[in-house]
Formats: sequence, C-alpha cells, structure tokens
Amino acid sequence: MNIIVCVKQVPDTNEVKIDPVKGTLIREGVPSIINPDDRNALEEALRIKDKLEDVKVTVLSMGPPQADIALIEAIAMGADKAILLTDRAFAGSDTWATSTALEAGVKYIGDYDIIFCGRQAIDGDTAQVGPQLAERLGIPQITYVEALEIEGRKVIANRSLEDGYFIIECKMPVLLTAIKELNEPRYPSIKGIYEAFKEDKIEILSAKDVNADVDNIGLDGSPTNVFRSFTPSTKSGNLEMFEGTSKQKSRELIIRLKEEKII
Amino acid sequence: MSVKVIYEKCIGCSVCKDVCPFDAIDIIDNKAVITDKCTACGVCIEKCPIDAIGKEESEIQGISIDDYKGVWVFAEQREGKLLNVSIELLGEGRKIADQLNTNLTAVLLGYNIEDLTDRLIKYGADDVLYVDNRLLEYYTTGGYAKVICDLITDRKPEILLIGATNIGRDLGPRISSRIHTGLTADCTRLDVDLDNRRLMQTRPAFGGNLMATIICPKHRPQMATVRPGVMEKAKFDKTREGKIEKIIPYLTESDIKAKVIEYVKGGKAEVQLEEASIIVSGGRGLGSPEGFKLIEKLAKKLGGVVGASRATVDAGWIDQAHQVGQTGKTVRPDLYIACGISGAIQHLAGMRESKCIVAINKDKNAPIFEVADYGIVGDIYEILPELLIGLENMGEILEKAEVCE
Amino acid sequence: MDFKLTREQELIRNVMRDFTENEVEPIAAEIDKTGRFPRENIEKMAKYNMLGIPFPVEYGGAGGDEISYAIAIEELSKGCATTGVIVSAHTSLACWPIYKYGTEKQKQKYLIPLAKGEKIGAFGLTEPNAGTDAAGQQTTAILDRDNYILNGTKIFITNGKEADVYIIFAMTDKLKGNKGISAFIVEKDFSGFSIGKIEDKMGIRGSATAELIFRDCIVPKENLLGEEGQGFKIAMSTLDGGRIGIAAQALGIAEGALNETIKYMKERQQFGRPIAKFQGLQWMVADMYTEIEAAKLLVYRAAYNKTNGLPYNKEAAMAKLFAANTAMSVTTKCVQLHGGYGYIKDYPVERMMRDAKITEIYEGTSQVQQMVISSNLLR
Repeated sequence: MNIIVCVKQVPDTNEVKIDPVKGTLIREGVPSIINPDDRNALEEALRIKDKLEDVKVTVLSMGPPQADIALIEAIAMGADKAILLTDRAFAGSDTWATSTALEAGVKYIGDYDIIFCGRQAIDGDTAQVGPQLAERLGIPQITYVEALEIEGRKVIANRSLEDGYFIIECKMPVLLTAIKELNEPRYPSIKGIYEAFKEDKIEILSAKDVNADVDNIGLDGSPTNVFRSFTPSTKSGNLEMFEGTSKQKSRELIIRLKEEKII
Repeated sequence: MSVKVIYEKCIGCSVCKDVCPFDAIDIIDNKAVITDKCTACGVCIEKCPIDAIGKEESEIQGISIDDYKGVWVFAEQREGKLLNVSIELLGEGRKIADQLNTNLTAVLLGYNIEDLTDRLIKYGADDVLYVDNRLLEYYTTGGYAKVICDLITDRKPEILLIGATNIGRDLGPRISSRIHTGLTADCTRLDVDLDNRRLMQTRPAFGGNLMATIICPKHRPQMATVRPGVMEKAKFDKTREGKIEKIIPYLTESDIKAKVIEYVKGGKAEVQLEEASIIVSGGRGLGSPEGFKLIEKLAKKLGGVVGASRATVDAGWIDQAHQVGQTGKTVRPDLYIACGISGAIQHLAGMRESKCIVAINKDKNAPIFEVADYGIVGDIYEILPELLIGLENMGEILEKAEVCE
Repeated sequence: MDFKLTREQELIRNVMRDFTENEVEPIAAEIDKTGRFPRENIEKMAKYNMLGIPFPVEYGGAGGDEISYAIAIEELSKGCATTGVIVSAHTSLACWPIYKYGTEKQKQKYLIPLAKGEKIGAFGLTEPNAGTDAAGQQTTAILDRDNYILNGTKIFITNGKEADVYIIFAMTDKLKGNKGISAFIVEKDFSGFSIGKIEDKMGIRGSATAELIFRDCIVPKENLLGEEGQGFKIAMSTLDGGRIGIAAQALGIAEGALNETIKYMKERQQFGRPIAKFQGLQWMVADMYTEIEAAKLLVYRAAYNKTNGLPYNKEAAMAKLFAANTAMSVTTKCVQLHGGYGYIKDYPVERMMRDAKITEIYEGTSQVQQMVISSNLLR
C-alpha cells in the first residue's frame, strides 16, 4: 500500500507574541515546527505501516528550502521518503493554489491508496487544503477523522461532528484529514535522526520538476488575496472592580449582575 | 498581485522587516528585499514611513463576474433541525444582500424537511432552493458538493456563505475547488465594498494574533465559511413571505463515494457552548482538574455551561469540547465568567464579544481584566463557594442591599 | 572555529525539549515528592533510543556523538534532574565501560540490551569507607574455579534499586592497592546479591539511590570486565566521561531555573511594575545567563573532545566543576528572585535548588575536580 502524507512546516503560534508598543508580531525566536495536526496524520500512516505488510509512506510538503528539516524529522519518525516542493513560483499561494501545487506533487509520486493531511495548519487554521486537494485529484475525502480502520481496500472512519460522529466507509483511494483525537504522535527516534541525515531520502523539486500548472500556483494563481492585515484591538471594558472580603466581593457581584438583569 | 519595493525610494530603515508577520523581508545592501515567504498581506505597505512599498496588480483572465448575482446562504440542518449558524448566516446574508440590492437565497438540502423552508423565509430569505432527495438525508461530501456545484453553475450567485461547522468546513473547500473560486475560512466579519461588489472577508490568523481581510477579486461566487456564534441571529418575522423552489437533483448512489453508515450522537459530552447564554469557564489558575467541579456547580446554579481555556484542555483536565478560544469555540453569551483564566490573546479571541464578562483571578494584572466588565481579584477557591452561597440566598442579599441604600 | 551545533544536534535538542516538556517535566514535582522512579518515562526513552545515544547502532545505540548525548541530558535536566541523572548514570557509567573495555561477548550480552534501554544499568564504586578515596575498596572478589565470589557493600548507587546490570568494583588483590581492583558485570539476579537501604535524599529524589549488598555473590569468571587489576583505571576513565553527563545535568538544572525565573519576573508585580523592570535584579539575570553560557561552552567542549578522540580528563573536570558551581549559584539566586514563593513547593525552583547541590558532590566532588585539573597542570 502506498500512503502519502502532506505536512506543513509552521511557526509555533503558541510562541508568537505581540509587541505591546508597536502592536506587531514578534517573530524572533519563534521556532518552526511540523504542524500539529499533520503529526497526527503522519502517525496514523506510520501505524498502518507498523501493522500491515508492504506499506510505503511518502511525505509531501510545499515550503521554503529550510522546510527540509521538517521532512528529515518525518523520516526520523519512520517515513520512507519525502518530497519538498520549493520554488519561488509557489510563493504566496492561497489554499486553492497550494492544492494545485500539491496535486502536481502527488501526481509526481504516482501510485497512492491513501493521502493523509492534518485537518488544518495552526498558522492559517483554514482546513481547506485537504478537501481542495481531494477534489483536484478527483478522489473522495473524509475530514476530521478521529478513529480509523483499514479493511482490505476499504477505510472505515469515525468522522467527528460537534455532537457526535459519522461512521463513514469508503473505498481507496481516499484522502483523510486527521484531528488530534486520532492518535498520540510518536517522537522521532535519536537513531532515526542520524539515519535521516545520512540517507538521502528527500527529493527537492521545483514547480517545473513536478509539472505544476503555472497559471494556478503562487500569488498570481490564487483566487483570494490578502487585502490588508492588522492586529486585533482588545475590547476596553468599563471595568468595575469589587473590593473587600471574598464574601463582600461575591455579594457585590451578584447584586450588580441582578441589577443589570444579567442573571 | 504582489508586493514590490520601489528601490529608488527605499532607505533601508527596516521598519518593514520588523513588522512583516511572515519574516519575508530581508535588508540587503541597505534596501528591503521581498523574499519567497511573502503572502502579499500588505502590512509593510501600511507601515512603510516613506511609501516605498506598493502593490502590483497582475493581469489574469478571470471570469465574467458581472454575470453573477445574488447572495446565497447554505442552510445547514441536521436531522431536520436547522443549526443556529444557519440563522446567523441569514441575518448577515440579509444585510449584505440589502447593501448590494440583491436577493438572499437560502439553499437547503435534505430529505422530507419541507417544513423548514418556510422558517428560512421568515428568518429573512427572499427565496429558498430546497433540494429534496433520499440521498441527502445525511450530509455526504459527494452528494452535497455535487448538488450545490450544479446549482452554482446553473444560477451563478455572487456570494455563498457557509457555516464553519465541521460539515461546512468539509463542504466549502470541496465546492470552491470544483468551481475554481476562492474561499475564506472562519470569517468573523463580513463587509461589502459597494464600488466593485467585493466581499471583504475578515478572519483571524496566526492563532488570533493577526486579523486579515481577504478578497476574491476575479472569481465568483465569493465564498466564505463563517464561524458559528459570531454573527447576530436573524429575527423571526412571521409575516414574511417568499418563493420556495423545490428541486429534484440529478443524483445517484455512485456520486457518493464516502458513505455514512451510521450517525452516532453524543458519545462525548454534548457541550453546546455556542448556544449557551451563560458560560462559566475555568483556566490554569484552577490549579488542578478538581477546580472544574466548582466551575460545574456554579454553571449549573446559573443554568449555564462549562467552558475552558486551552491550557486546561492541553493539561487533560477537561474535554476539548469545552474549549473556548481561537482553537476552540467562539462564543458570545450574555454572561461569561472567567475563573482563573489569565486571558491569553487566543482565549480572548473566542469570548471577547460576550455581552458581560466577569473575571475572577488571583493576579490583578491578568490581561483578562482588560476585557472584563466586572472583576474580582481573589482566590477561586474562596470566591466561587461564596458566589454559590450568595446565589442560594439571593433574595436575602438583594433585600439587604436595598436596606443599605 | 565553529560554535554552531550541527543540524542533527539542533534537531535532537528540539526533540529532547519536546519530550521533556510533554513527558518529563509534567511529572517532575510528583517524582520529587514521592521519590518514585519514573519507570514509564524510562520505557518511553528506550523506544526513542535515548538511553544509548553515543553508542554505535550495531551495539543497540543511536549512533550518535557525545555532544548530542550531553544535549539530551541537559534538556532532560531542565525539566527533571532525576531523569537526567538516571540517563547519565545508565549511559556513561554502565554502558560506556562495557563498550570501552568489554569483550565482544560481553557487548553482545550486556551492552546491546542496555543501550537499547531494555535493561537499566548502574555503577557501584562508592563504599562507606571509599568515597573520594576510591582506592580504599573493601569489597573483595576471590576467584573460585569458574566464579568470582564477591563480598562487601556499595552505597549511594544511582539507579541502584531499579537496575538490571551493575558494574561493580572489588579488590582481587589487596596487596596491590589501586592495582588490585577489578571490575565486574553483575546481574541483579546473581545469587548472593541484594539491595539494601534506599536513601531518602535532599534532591534528585527519584533516582533510586540504594545500597548494594554482596554476600558470597557468585559472579561468573567471564563477567570480569577488562583484566584483573584494571578496575581502578576503568573506574577513573569511566568517571571522566560520567562527569560530562553530570556537567550537562548541572547545566540543564541552571537553565531550567533561569527560564522559570525569567517567566516569573515578567509576571510578578511589586511596586506597581513587573520585578523584571528593576535594574538590580536585571543584573542578577545577566550574570546568571553569562555563567550558564560559560558552563555550556565548557560542557560542549569536553563532549567535543571525547567525540573526537582528544584528551578530555581535565576538560570534563573543568566542565563539571564550573557547571555544578553554576547550578548551585544560579538556583540559589533564582529562589532568591522568587522571594517567598521560591521557598515553597508550588514553584519548581525550590526543587531545582535541592537538585543542584548533588552535582557538586557525586562523580567526584568539586574538590576532586580541582585535584584532577591541577594535577594536569602541575605534573
């Protein structure tokens, strides 16, 4: 079985802070990580590889040349090979253009039975690339997968909903997007890290190498554009503080909430 | 479209480099150089003190966008019940349609749910496209995407709004990809640029640290998914009338490759955070999962539900279904009581629109107080029991309060 | 000259940091409180080859270098010094002498499962009357046909209660003094071997420090490590490497404490502003950071020398002397900067200060390090 896992290298948004004076993002020292949901996607692929015979896991990513470290990490976790699409022509892609680029990458890889993506990336939170890639490839998708079973050429997935889940059955090939609940991702092993650096398992490819549709990638191939960006203003409440003992403060609060007919 | 530095003007002051959220600007030979990481967000253009950065519009063949008219709202229902977000979309869609002086259409897919069509009209739709088929009883990507794409191709709406539910976020990208148009995820604000009928779609990015307004200038329909709980619900007007069109789709079993075998409800505790009018939330300041027992008691007493900060969810103190914030739910209840929540920007992003915010925290400088209406500095484990006692004896307290005055 | 870590080392640091933040640090306070051995994390580390980093893959190791190993100990110790020393004692004091002095058969039988982390190792040199003066060994080993018969007691043995394989030193020929000491590989199930008292310590409370008792303990002849009489040399060269591990542990403790303190200083308000705004306290932070960076250079340099086959006896001693001193001075200042909160167990600096003290004592006290350094200079 051939599995492709799409991963993205992202800045760790937990570490992103706002400069209180300038109101801008402080990027300095913000580490780049493999997108968390993508880790779950990779873990699930690796679990299938651990369980079944003849499973090959290929990791696919689009990003700057430095994103190769994310792929090395993926190899160290157990992936068989990795492809990094890196080209100025991809720069500024929105989700539509990203899915076009990844489509080219998938077609370059060739055979696949399952494509895994993370549900969404923490720097954009859109959750769009997975389904858009599935559509471009003309294969079905199951998003928000929280449990998965493989039965022959069929997948059976629990697909999370706000109030429960769907049990969905689908024949391969299929694209699945993973959520945190799906599994607990492994760490790369130390031995794996050394091997990943030694072995040449990462292919770095340009738009031309993968025959990407140049009209539909990058900034110019993106239907959406960022019109402007700004830092959110915080609501400045008319804060009323209550003083006194715990008992007094609590009572004052209840009285005020009652007066304002909030409770 | 791309960002260009006007080299003759650039003085290499590196203001742009500092403000760039994507680390996409280098200063080389005392000039700003835009690198591959650029997403054309435009922050640098705004901040450049000498206007040495500009935007370059590129010429691409788009479609004939004038052929597209009307605002559509996907009216999501589950088991014959309209979701709240559908009503919120009708409220927002109505405003947009009025500004554009066009029709608001609700698109309803399902099986034997004709009775919902009239409610959609009463909530503000001018007309309803009701697609009825046994295969549409439960949501499937294949079935729903095909029906809606066929309708779009046929009728050409200029805007399509979808609730950013777990289903809407599956459907939206599939449609946008097939139609070849842009889609903006999880919008929290929509405006219209009347000059060119553009939908200005604003959404949080970078974990809520940055807001971005997105446009889709050359493709139609302009698609957006909208976060549940953000827009105001439409008012029910029982006198409203409109046109209901029932459509029998061309749909077969083979269109649906991923089949729903079963809909398992519950399983995880049903937390209707978005629907709640009162939310009592706990944060890291609780110190341990035990704290949520007190939070639960207070929530129950007030007839509300329990919310939580990301830190507590990450720590495994409480299920993720309770999480409020950028990576959790966006809520706007009448009353939000934040207990031991410091108020990280990610959390504020999910609750700052609440009508009344009460903050209880040991640290008087916690950022949560900046958005709060009422604040108490103190220990959760002292204040909450007092609040519970107080609520128990509310009559007595209010009486005393009056005597004091 | 290049002060940059390799990309391998950078990635290993990131992985160790994630692992520490997610798995190690969250249970550090509990381990400290209960004195429990963190068995679950030892098993996880085994899975990721964190228990045999500097050994070749064919011997069950990760195929790594000493710098990566030092980084791993440093990162673990930022979150939990107990975990740091468990790994250090296992790797440097138990695996390494077998790797260096063991026969191929011994490597196959003992090093592979140890480096894979399937078994845990310990090192038994110290005795009630042979601490710094290691030559004063009273444990004896007498050859009786195919076996050595060991008698005596070892104390303060890290991993003592939990290990499967022990490197034990004993006198095979009392008349020869230092040259009469030999090293043995002892399994926990060998007849005549038992665990004595479990120590209740000030810090590193989860490291299962125990007394080992040998009463006519039967050790097969083939478990002699190296040659008879080579024990003292084996012990000393093993400790040279062990010191790099402990220096890295001390470095990690200091860094962990400073990180906690910086966070605290930004949050804690006095006189209407965060205490980070007070210049006197800023100076303390600057000094601490400088000490830590200096310690880091010494530690990495010693590890570099060991990796590259250069002498590291003096370098390891300097690294441990300075890093241990730094750990103690930094954690003490960090507790000070926390004020009253630094003295209570709600904040980790309290634990870190207690953990730091041992780094000035074990695997050669600071005074022993000074002896090692000066003897290199004054010979």
